[in-house]
Amino acid sequence: MANLNTDSIKDRTFDAIVIGSGMSGGWAAKELTGKGLKTLMLERGRDVKHIKDYPTTNMYPWEFEHRGEMPMAVQEANPIVNRCYAFHEDAAHFFVKDKEHPYIQDKPFDWIRGYQVGGKSLLWARQTQRWSDFDFEGPARDGFAVDWPIRYQDIAPWYSYVEKFAGISGNKDGLAELPDGEFLPAFPLNSVEQYFSKHVKSKYGRHVISARCAHLSKPNQIHLDQGRAQCQERILCQRGCPFGGYFSANASTIPWALKSGNLTLRPHSVVESIIYDDKKGKATGVRVVDANTKETIEYYAKIIFVNAAAMNTNLVLLNSTSHRFPNGLGNDSGVLGKYVAFHNYSAHISAQYDGMLEWTTDGRNPAGGGYIPRFRNLHKQETDFLRGYASGFSAYRWKQQNWDGVGSDFKDNLAKGELSPWHVGSHMMGETIPKEASYVKLDDKLKDEWGVPLLKISMDYDDNDAKMKKDYIEQLTEMFTSAGFTNIKAESDNRAPGLDIHEMGGARMGNDPKTSVLNKWNQMHAVNNVFVTDGASMTSTSCQNPSLTYMAFTACSADYAVSEMKKGNI
Amino acid sequence: MNRREALGRVGLILGGTIIGAEFFISGCKPSSKKVNELFDENNVALFDEIGETILPATSTPGAKAAAIGNFMAMMVQDCYKPEDQKVFVKGISDLDEASKKKFSKSFMEADAKQRTELLTELDAEQKNYTKSKKPEDPNHYFRMMKELTLLGYFTSEVGATKALRYIAVPGHYDGNVPYKKGDKAWAT
Repeated sequence: MANLNTDSIKDRTFDAIVIGSGMSGGWAAKELTGKGLKTLMLERGRDVKHIKDYPTTNMYPWEFEHRGEMPMAVQEANPIVNRCYAFHEDAAHFFVKDKEHPYIQDKPFDWIRGYQVGGKSLLWARQTQRWSDFDFEGPARDGFAVDWPIRYQDIAPWYSYVEKFAGISGNKDGLAELPDGEFLPAFPLNSVEQYFSKHVKSKYGRHVISARCAHLSKPNQIHLDQGRAQCQERILCQRGCPFGGYFSANASTIPWALKSGNLTLRPHSVVESIIYDDKKGKATGVRVVDANTKETIEYYAKIIFVNAAAMNTNLVLLNSTSHRFPNGLGNDSGVLGKYVAFHNYSAHISAQYDGMLEWTTDGRNPAGGGYIPRFRNLHKQETDFLRGYASGFSAYRWKQQNWDGVGSDFKDNLAKGELSPWHVGSHMMGETIPKEASYVKLDDKLKDEWGVPLLKISMDYDDNDAKMKKDYIEQLTEMFTSAGFTNIKAESDNRAPGLDIHEMGGARMGNDPKTSVLNKWNQMHAVNNVFVTDGASMTSTSCQNPSLTYMAFTACSADYAVSEMKKGNI
Repeated sequence: MNRREALGRVGLILGGTIIGAEFFISGCKPSSKKVNELFDENNVALFDEIGETILPATSTPGAKAAAIGNFMAMMVQDCYKPEDQKVFVKGISDLDEASKKKFSKSFMEADAKQRTELLTELDAEQKNYTKSKKPEDPNHYFRMMKELTLLGYFTSEVGATKALRYIAVPGHYDGNVPYKKGDKAWAT
């Protein structure tokens, strides 16, 4: 019996545990296994194997019963996830349904989740921009949150490192606010996107560049070695790509980690808490509830990476209480769960352009078009709101169709490829300010079916966001007008935070253990063998998409963790 | 001799009523066999003819070839809100009444020319109605029928690949190509 027990503990002991298998968890697993660590990766959802478990990936439009529409019964049962732009018949199986993991909205928050191996990396919009010192110096310059403990030069080599492996397409645009990376060829701007780019550069000194995205426009050997192939421009990415044309943990980091022979992947594993040993002064493992059997199992390791995605990482840390940490793991400062923020996507503008009718496009652009880097309050404060916004920009022509009538002439007209004039569109991606009043916390009574407390979420737009939105609409309207676009329509929607799927913070990095949870290595100030490298670690939100930065932080942090372990410091 | 007579004869020979005769007969005469909670096979046959009138077979297949009747019945059942379902279901009799008023015969009895004439009128009616309706007013039933016909047909295999052009794997993106009028439209 004693032997059995010892064997069982041995079987449940690893060098490292990674909680979560998505965008950042996949990287943690790849890096740690690559450095020879026997690693256990825990995922609360089911396994999704590359290609094999993409059930809709090769389906034709007519093979979907409702041709993509979600049945009304599903929509009504899922008011939250149904608001997500990608929740359709072809990818609904990769989204968490509203009743599957309830939470409490102290303020309205659309929590969009993907509980499966690969997480939301299967579903993301694949936009990848580096952050710059305009972001990392932001809180210090503008007096909010706390100073980032790093600067761009600290993380730049790690951006390069992850970009080379993930495969990022883009142009070297030479912009300090959007540093260049290790790019595969960019997807081109079309004629009207180019026209607008030239116009706003000459008139405003602003930039419209090819959107940078995690697609293999022209794969290198390292991508072929992963079993991935060139992006085929199907633009059905949310189904999972049989070519591995875009970066996902499923296509890239997880198979790579498995190939090392050092990875044990355990799906259906809901992490209840991280185990802290008061005597050792370290985390010793994690407590898992098997999602199916509800059995509780403990796993042990020397180092723990928390990559459960921002909100769930907070949940796990807050639920990891001990004598030493009664208010959540590593929470000496009391800021754990606070200073959460998101991106403001609540405005968009459309218009028409009557020029360049002799041009069109052929095929589909995986990058989605153009990207306007932040131009507001960049070098100095110049408006009555803090920070700024990036903007999407794309131009397209659609089928010019006369919808009047019925019969054979009507049908022939619809089948003709006559195109409309150009239409242009832009959407806002605004930075929001992390505030102490914005929080996630645990409910003291209600628990989910795995016995884990329900998460309460509270964050909201503020006056700064309203002013910034107004400015976005004014600036883009002016830029559109001066470019000769007509029929300009600005729309502001009243979406709740969360639908941007860029929620961040709660376990922020900082120099001072009194006001932050993590140090510059994404290592807990107070528990040196626990690392948080997903969105929860973010001190501020920038206005760039965050995934690439999570990847870079994770690779950097894993490298540090292993070197510290080898030195005997962990 | 029609099928009903034939079945009747079999009945006479066997000296009694045929079990399931109604079911056999339904094979040739539109029956009331339900296809889902809202619709029966009669409705599906009607939707097929409405769809075919909106998008008839020309040099390319028509809406019936895309099984448009079944598609409409399924979409209204699964994807429509209850208030839209009501309007749509009532629309079936509204449409027949309009046909009877105009031609003194039901839509199914009307010939192709009459059907086209009627649906052209209903299309103008729905367009005017939609233009002036308040957001909270109900939708027009014929707009729903037309929308479903277009959606179902152009996303069907015949619609996407015969009437339009469809490529599953483009394999390239070119941001700048000269626009040539007259090419077929792309399905996606």
